[in-house]
This record gives sequence, C-alpha cells and structure tokens, in this order.
Amino acid sequence: MHAHPRPIDRPFWSPGVLVMVSLMVAGGLALMTRYIGGLGFTTNLTDATPWGLWIAIDVASGVALAAGGFTTAALAHIFGRRAYEAVTRPALLTAALGYTFVALGVTIDVGRSWAIWKPVFFHNYNSALFEVAMCVMIYLTVLWIEMVPIVAERFGSKIRLLAWLDRTLDKFMWVFIILGVVLSCMHQSSLGTLLVIAPTKLDPLWYTPFMPLLFLLSAMSVGYPMVIVETNIATSSLKLDGEMDVLAPLSRFTILTLGIYLVVRIADLMARGQLGRIFECSSTSISFGVELFIGGILPWFLLLSSKVRRSRRGLFIVALCIVGGVLLNRINVFVVGFSPQTATHPYYPSIGEILVTLGALATIMFLYRLFITFTPVLSARSLKEVSQ
Amino acid sequence: MHLSRRGFLAFVGSTTALAQSKPALAWKSKAPSDPLGCLVDITRCIGCRKCEQACNEVNHLPEPEIPFDDPRVLSSPRRPNNTAYTVVNSYSTGKLDDQSKPIPNFVKIQCMHCQDPACVSACITGALTKLENGTVHYNVHRCIGCRYCMVACPFEIPAYDYFDPLTPEVRKCTFCLERLEEGKPPGCASICPTEAITFGRRETLLQLAHQRLEEDPGRYYNHIYGEHEAGGTSWLYIAGQPFHKLGFLDVPDAPLPQRSESIQHGLFSYLWSPIVLFGLLGLSMKLTHGQDKDNKEGK
Ligand code: SF4
Ligand code: SF4
Ligand code: SF4
Repeated sequence: MHAHPRPIDRPFWSPGVLVMVSLMVAGGLALMTRYIGGLGFTTNLTDATPWGLWIAIDVASGVALAAGGFTTAALAHIFGRRAYEAVTRPALLTAALGYTFVALGVTIDVGRSWAIWKPVFFHNYNSALFEVAMCVMIYLTVLWIEMVPIVAERFGSKIRLLAWLDRTLDKFMWVFIILGVVLSCMHQSSLGTLLVIAPTKLDPLWYTPFMPLLFLLSAMSVGYPMVIVETNIATSSLKLDGEMDVLAPLSRFTILTLGIYLVVRIADLMARGQLGRIFECSSTSISFGVELFIGGILPWFLLLSSKVRRSRRGLFIVALCIVGGVLLNRINVFVVGFSPQTATHPYYPSIGEILVTLGALATIMFLYRLFITFTPVLSARSLKEVSQ
Repeated sequence: MHLSRRGFLAFVGSTTALAQSKPALAWKSKAPSDPLGCLVDITRCIGCRKCEQACNEVNHLPEPEIPFDDPRVLSSPRRPNNTAYTVVNSYSTGKLDDQSKPIPNFVKIQCMHCQDPACVSACITGALTKLENGTVHYNVHRCIGCRYCMVACPFEIPAYDYFDPLTPEVRKCTFCLERLEEGKPPGCASICPTEAITFGRRETLLQLAHQRLEEDPGRYYNHIYGEHEAGGTSWLYIAGQPFHKLGFLDVPDAPLPQRSESIQHGLFSYLWSPIVLFGLLGLSMKLTHGQDKDNKEGK
C-alpha cells in the first residue's frame, strides 16, 4: 500500500530553483515592456494574426496540459479506482497552478487587462470564448477549493480559519470534485470551438466542425501522460521512488483514450480528404506529420507493449511524446495553421513573448516545488526508504 | 466525503427530465430585416481618396503621414488599420484602354457590416452589436481587448491599437453611426464626386445593383459581392472584373456564426449537457463510494 502524501524534507534552494528564478526575472522584465510600450512593442502580433504564442501556449496548451487534474480526479474519486489516489494530489496541484497561469496569461494578453472582469457582467452566450472564460474562472476557484484540504493538513493546526474551512468544505467536496470534471469537459471542448468561426483562416488539416470533440478527446488522452511526465521529473530530480507501481497501470488507460482520439482524428481527416496532404512537404504539413505520428500514433503503438509501460525510461519517453503531440496540436491550431488571407508574412513569436512564456513556466515550476516542499502533495518514498 | 442518497437520486431524476425537455435547436439568423447599406460601384471610382479623407475627419482620426491628395499610395495594396477605417487600393487586371495603357480598378475597403457578423457572435462581452439600422457597432466600454472579433472576421477588417499599453481599442468603420442617426449619409458616401458609393436601404441597393448589371452587361462582371457572402452584408460591391482579381477575400456564403453557434447552443442551452454529465458522474461516484472503505485515507 501507498504511503500517505507528505511534505518532502529537502532543502528548498537548489541549482534548478535558481535557474527558475532567473527565468522568472527575465520574464518579468519582458512583461514590463508590454505594459510600457503596449502589445505591439513586446509581441509580433498584427491585425491579421491577433493571437500568438501567449494564446497558443500559455492559454490553450496550459488548459490542455492541466488535464491531469480532472482526469485523475475522475478516475480515483468518481470511478472509484482508489489505487490511483497517490497521483491525484500532484495532478491537482499542477492543475491549480496551471489554471492560475492560464488566467494570468489571458490577463496580460488582452489589451485592457484591467477590464478582464467584464465578462462576468456582460454576457454573450453565442461566444465560445465567453464560455471558456466563465468555465476557467469557476474551475480555477474549484481547484483551489480542492487544494484546501492539502494545505489545511499541513497548516490547519496553526491557522484556525483554514481548519474550519477544511471541515466545512469536506461535506461538499464531492460536489466540487464532480463540478471540476464537468467544467473541464465544457471548456476543454469549447477551446476547440473557438476557431470553428474562422473557416477561411485555419488550414483544413485542423479545421473541422469536430474540433470541440477533438480538443476534448485529446485533453482526456494527455491527462495521464502529463501526470507521468511531471511525476518522473519531480521524483528523479528529488531522488524519490519513481512510483512505477501506479504510473505503469495508469498508462493503460491512455491506450484507450489516445486510441479513441486518434481514430476520430484520422477518420475526420480521411472523410475530408486531407490525409494525403501529409506528403506535401510544406512546413505546415511537416508540423502536422510530427504532431500526428511522433505525438500520437508512434507513442500509441509503444504503449501497447507492457515492456515499455513497465520501464521507467520507456514510459517517460512515450508520455513525453504524447504531451508534445498535444502541445504541438494547440500550437498548430492557433499559430502554424492559422493563415489569414491578408497576412503578409507568417507570425513568429518575438523574444519578448518567448521570455514571458518561459517566465510563466518557470514560475509554475517554482511554485510547484514550493508546494511539494512544504505541503503534503507527493506520496513517493525516498530512494533510501525503498532500499531499506 | 458525504453524499446523501436521497438528495442524490432526486438530482439525477431532475437531470434526466431536463435533458428530455431540450428544445429543437435550429440556428436562426438575427439579421435586421431592412438595414441601411452602401453600394460601391468599382467601375465608377476614380481613386481620388476623398472618401478616405472624409472618413478621417468624421471619425477624428490622426492626420496621415502621406497627404490624402497624394495618389502614389495607391500603387501598393493597403489594409484598413487603426488610423484609417477605409482605404482605396488600385488593381490593374491587364485590361488596356484605347491608348493601350492598363486600366486601373480602384477598390475601397471598409467593414462590410455583415448581416450576421462573425465579430458580433464572437465578442466575449457583447461589445460589438448589430443594430437595427444595419450598423455593426463597437462599444469600447464593454471591450476587454481579447481580439477574438479580429480572429473571427472573415473580411479581416478590425484593427487594433497595438501600441497603447492600457486603453487600446478595436478600430473599424463605424458606418458613421452618428450621421446615420441624424439622417445623413456616411461621410465617405456623401463626398464621393462620382457617386461610386450609393447609400440607401439594402433591398433598394440590391435592386439597383441588379439593374446596373442587366443594363450594361459589358461593363460589369456578373456578381454582387456582399449579396450572399458571409450570409449577406450591408455593404455591397459591383465591379468590371472578377472580384478575386481585385483583392476581395474568399468568403463562404453561409453566415459564419451558424456553425459555431449551433455547436454552442446544441451543447449548452439550459446547461443541459453539463447537468446530465454531473448527474451521471455523481451516480458513478455514489455507486463506487462503498468500495473504498478499506482503502480510504484519513478523511
Ligand atoms: S466585416 Fe468583419 S468587422 Fe465588419 S461586420 Fe463583418 S465580421 Fe464584423
Ligand atoms: S476585442 Fe473587444 S470587441 Fe473584440 S471580441 Fe474582444 S471584447 Fe469584443
Ligand atoms: S461609413 Fe464612415 S466610418 Fe465607414 S468608411 Fe465611410 S466614412 Fe469611414
């Protein structure tokens, strides 16, 4: 049986943490230029390509890659597979941090950051973006509510309010857990609806009315691979046991979810007569090929082998491919495949955009490290304990 | 985690009831029935750029670097931007006049004021609206600057104040709404010396356009751009050349919001699908709840 989650007893400051801090500073400086010179000064956005790296990575990919949160919660708490509870906490933490930065990413990307609250009062039910915004806002709240027990476990004895909150919320926690899954399904798919309104701009390799379904299915299939990747990174950099006893069986579910996604994706491409374009040899079709083969089909076949699933390195690489595939899919939809008729040159992110994105990523990792150090998130035993 | 069985079953029950009451969701156009519009006759335009100047004055836009009476700007195609809501471009399609000089075609571009505008459907806060008089109106007080309207517009019209760090606005032709409300034609239409821009009711303009195409088929290419594009637009064009040779964008006839709104409403009206999903997941949670007593931690 698995150990109960607990804070890891490691010194917080390490070379890795220092690298994160320097990236955070660089990102912060780039962010300042956005508020001094405007979006045009810091980014390469134009009237023809109004969405760029921040929407593709910080927002769309951030939401997709935080899918570990709702997929593990569904498995362990809703479908009763308690054995997987060990990974729900780290996945929940990643989701909470991920969505926090999705919200921050949107806030810096919109031209009038100070007006970001306006959709709460001014509604447009026809807009997919409105729905995404509402769901993300509520889901973010739900995620932090779900985080309360974890923080309370550690600090509840010192902070009375926290302990009280924890007790009160406990009665309704089932509501929040289900709500979290429902909200996730809603906005994961609505992110796919965003570009349904722009058929003349998105390359038909990605444009399909089934985008909402594909976005949902790909989010579901990337959830566990993301958990595998982050658990691997965390446990190997902190010299903890790799938790393969949980991760290996977890990856079997991905055979199913990724399989369904790939079948729908390929069937849709064939039905629209686009699959042949893989041989086109343009940068778009190469990006498409990498997404589909290296990020989808190849790892799916590898997952079929139980040898791969049981090897720590093998599983890590396969999971990394799937995560990369979904990431590339979001980049392809919002950047690579987005080619308006009036765009005079393709959009490439500016240094400033890249720095802000890296800074955000570093901040997420920094906070993740902070949480696992001081609150009971990880259940993995240290290697020393394992060998005893 | 606690979960009362009775409350729960009641919930699942109401869920199913709600799902069955889901109404038929056919998409309906929200276009105004008798909007105003403008008919631009490209064969009449002489490229004087007076409309650009009038637009600049009516909308209090900054003075351009190159003055409006300088025709050289016509040679390389421009797009409307945050300081110019309309621009005139020149296209030569290889046709020659009597002195074998190429005949230019001057094309004025601005917001088409679509009948079912993609920008309006997309706008997260409803900052963009289609008014009864046909105008697609921008209300800056609702705008958050997400630029989804720009992503959605099939004519690629809205422009942005990218260099304003805090209070940028979406910029596009306003149809001179204030003038319209005073009963005056828009600035560009009233100044045009050759009456290349006719202002009026869309229905009347369509009749006029058809009449011109019929009366002088040699002069015109047989198509009215905007009659069907994007489900119909308030601004209409007729020309002497095929439109794709004149820089017009390829835009499908189906109104752009149709597909996305059908998906949105099909999935989410009355929140039926989230409620059903909530019920099903809750049921599953309830059913598997007992299985874990032995394995449950600390709660
Ligand atoms: S042309 Fe574009 S900006 Fe103008 S109404 Fe149509 S969709 Fe909106
Ligand atoms: S930028 Fe403003 S007008 Fe355009 S969609 Fe966003 S909120 Fe609406
Ligand atoms: S209608 Fe008014 S805002 Fe639009 S192009 Fe003409 S002058 Fe400019």
